[in-house]
Amino acid sequence: MIVAFYVLVLPFAMANRSAAQTSESVYAITGAKIFILAGDPIDNGTLIIRDGKIAAVGVGIPVPAGAHVIDAKGLQVYPGLFDPVTQMGLSEIAAVSATVDDSELGSFNPNVVASEAILPSSEHILVTRAAGITEVLAAPASGGFDARSKPEILGGQASAIHLAGWTISDMLIKKSAAMVVGWPQMQTRPADSPKGAKSFADAKQEYDKQVQELSDWIERARHYALALNRGSSADYQPDLKLEALVPVTRGELPLLIFASREREIRAAVNFCDARKLKMILAGGAESYKVKDLLRSKNIPVILLPTLTEPSNEDDPYDRLLTQPSELAAAGVKFAFGSFDNSFSRRLGQQAANAVSHGLPYDVALKAVTEYPAEIFGLGDQLGTLESGKVANVIVTDGDPLELTTNVKFLFIKGQLTSTDNKQKSLYERYLNRPKAR
Amino acid sequence: MSAVPGWMVLLALLLAAVAPAESRAADSPETKKRESSEILIQNAIVLTVTHGTIEHGSILIQDGKIAQIDASIKAPKDALVIDASGQYVMPGIIDCHSHIAIDGKVNESSISVSSIANIADVLDSDDIDIYRDLAGGVTTANVLHGSANSIGGQTVVIKLRWGQPSAKLPFEGAMPGIKFALGENPKDTNRDDGPVRRYPATRMGVEETIRGAFAAARYYQSEWDAYNKKVAKGSKNLIPPRRDLRLEPLVEVLEGKRYVHAHCYREDEILMLLRVAKEFGFKVRTFQHVLEGYKVADELAAAGAGASTFSDWWSYKIEAYDAIPYNAALMTRRGVLVSVNSDDAEEATHLNQEAAKSIKFGGLSHGEALKLITLNPAMQLGIDKRVGSIEVGKDADLVIYDRDPLSAYAVVQKTLVDGQVYFDRQADLANRPNLEREKKMLLEKEKKKAPAAKPAATVPKPADTEPEDSPDSRGVSPKNLPLIETQAAANGAAR
Repeated sequence: MIVAFYVLVLPFAMANRSAAQTSESVYAITGAKIFILAGDPIDNGTLIIRDGKIAAVGVGIPVPAGAHVIDAKGLQVYPGLFDPVTQMGLSEIAAVSATVDDSELGSFNPNVVASEAILPSSEHILVTRAAGITEVLAAPASGGFDARSKPEILGGQASAIHLAGWTISDMLIKKSAAMVVGWPQMQTRPADSPKGAKSFADAKQEYDKQVQELSDWIERARHYALALNRGSSADYQPDLKLEALVPVTRGELPLLIFASREREIRAAVNFCDARKLKMILAGGAESYKVKDLLRSKNIPVILLPTLTEPSNEDDPYDRLLTQPSELAAAGVKFAFGSFDNSFSRRLGQQAANAVSHGLPYDVALKAVTEYPAEIFGLGDQLGTLESGKVANVIVTDGDPLELTTNVKFLFIKGQLTSTDNKQKSLYERYLNRPKAR
Repeated sequence: MSAVPGWMVLLALLLAAVAPAESRAADSPETKKRESSEILIQNAIVLTVTHGTIEHGSILIQDGKIAQIDASIKAPKDALVIDASGQYVMPGIIDCHSHIAIDGKVNESSISVSSIANIADVLDSDDIDIYRDLAGGVTTANVLHGSANSIGGQTVVIKLRWGQPSAKLPFEGAMPGIKFALGENPKDTNRDDGPVRRYPATRMGVEETIRGAFAAARYYQSEWDAYNKKVAKGSKNLIPPRRDLRLEPLVEVLEGKRYVHAHCYREDEILMLLRVAKEFGFKVRTFQHVLEGYKVADELAAAGAGASTFSDWWSYKIEAYDAIPYNAALMTRRGVLVSVNSDDAEEATHLNQEAAKSIKFGGLSHGEALKLITLNPAMQLGIDKRVGSIEVGKDADLVIYDRDPLSAYAVVQKTLVDGQVYFDRQADLANRPNLEREKKMLLEKEKKKAPAAKPAATVPKPADTEPEDSPDSRGVSPKNLPLIETQAAANGAAR
């Protein structure tokens, strides 16, 4: 009876683009195979959601009185997926600069914060969550989508957000989750043109200068932190950039360092190691060459999409497809990232393609849920289905990494959330277009 | 190609001298296998595309053609036998929009009617993307000029015969094509490296440019017709009309001897080109990308125009903001002949996965989804008598997957073109240590002579391929990842 009621009500509930908070926020998902990720999957399990949190999960758990019941027999339940590098809400249409707010001018902007410019009604948010992605990191991407601007070195602070909410405060998981760094590249020629080629000596000189600048910023921030500790605010001139770097110098805020090549990755690791800074590697096309170093220093990686051409012409054709399995075997912790908005929904596909090239399936699943949460220090809130955690939950008709799987129900912060979006409504509108004469 | 710098030519010559394409695979087991004139694929799940699925089947290949398809076939003496137990065989994937195997840039962007340029003249058989796409199951590609111009260059259909010289790549007898482009790219919107503008700068101007070119072509055609008639009647000493290499391909379009493949996004520009085509009496063979095709699907179907689209790309520019992943399915349901293409060498390596998305978005059947990358593009390119399905008499262009190709977990095991194994995953894996050794050896050799080769060290390496839209729309490529220096990002493909 409750189910029937639910089926009637659901379309109305779903019509809301973001589910409003209601007082009746108790849900029971019953009869499903539940992939809790904190242990083996539970057959015929029940998951209770109350007040935005997972209240209980297991077999034979009684359904609370008054709960909305979702009969999920034949369906599967997973934690929502977490895309750990996007420009969600910061960029709408890549080629229209007026809609792009993902990178500031200048090379050192540690004080800019993604969440201050995230558009909660971005169409990307709705399209992405329809693919079962419930939270993302929105990063001020140094250099932007297209490298039109000169790559930044300190890009700003990335924010972890839920993909639902009327305002940014509804959405915010962690305002400052990482400090984005574009590691300087030693380039003897620009990527897209033989013009402007320079000698190795010149390229190295420029590279060294940039790394030194970054080092200087960190050093100045340390001194600033000392001043902060000692005096009252009247005793020193405030500097918002240095202030933003203070948590970095204390090892509280990780640097999310974008680097691809072995040489750059090694340099970045040594840089952070020498200064006792917390580092997360982003991109990491050549992580496989430094896997032992990454493991020994305990540095996690947000991997660039597996569906990317190998960097070198003579690389094996499946170079980036096999990398995840090599990292996993070496004990390096990693998560899959889309590094994009419009391709964020390919996150599961990226992971599946690593599975077909040797990565154990359970690792792949964790690398789009549990691991990204852990990497950003959110493992106590997100990433698995355990009681007490935030109820970001998806109910699917199959493997969430597979292309043809549908997300049947989507919960974000314990709220049943619509999977409608611009694309679905355009589809429905034109599906019903009267036949043209 | 006058813009090609001297050093590039030099480098090409050097490379050609050092590594002639034919010698690459000489004496390898792969070569021997390729040379077998008879191959038997046994115990496979055969996705024929035109005649359903054979749960346990065998395919006999003779002289590059499919000779027999049956539940079980006795292996002829000397035949190479491929045991495909538990594996899936499907027709080779046909990519209706590719920019691989092009030497240098893909756009002759200096003029808005650049029909003189011909991709067939600049095929590069050494492009590693040929091999990578083969490893993704692609056997045939429609290789197109870029989209900088209202009327772009001539196009060519190739088979991915990796290791063969450029002259052996074109698909024999396939109708040549010509690239048109509508919307943001030809009107030069996305150029932001300066105030350089050229005509056309609006969609109105794009329409007018195409009309103007066809008006000229029709007149040119009539001049030649009149001349030929007089010659046929016995007139002598006539001065023939002056040849116009720019208009000749357009006359071929008017005469149905060359296909039009039109890059487009928005509904209005699709209908615009259909009106122009009607006015001049030619057909648009395919609309490419055609991300708003679903809005005018009935009109596309009525005009008999094909549509070749992306699976789920959107929002990289304003004309892609209404793109929907249901596009392929919705157009299919409205009677349009639809294919899913790559436009990008990397995307081409998983077109099977991209086609599968039309099952989720719009509810195509397994068979319909498979057609999007096999029979449908074959029909769009007019080569469906030769390829696109597994039928007796057709070319033995086949892919073997370890599981259902419409799964994200499927991996290509072997790719055959003309009944020869051009990609073999096991052989590729086995050969990697050899390549590593060879590379090491070459590096050592280079190190030894390094002091003498000082000037050479500063010679910049040419970029492998150019984005289709470059330089006019730099930055609209969804695969340009921030801060990640990859070849894919540098290549930036082509929207």
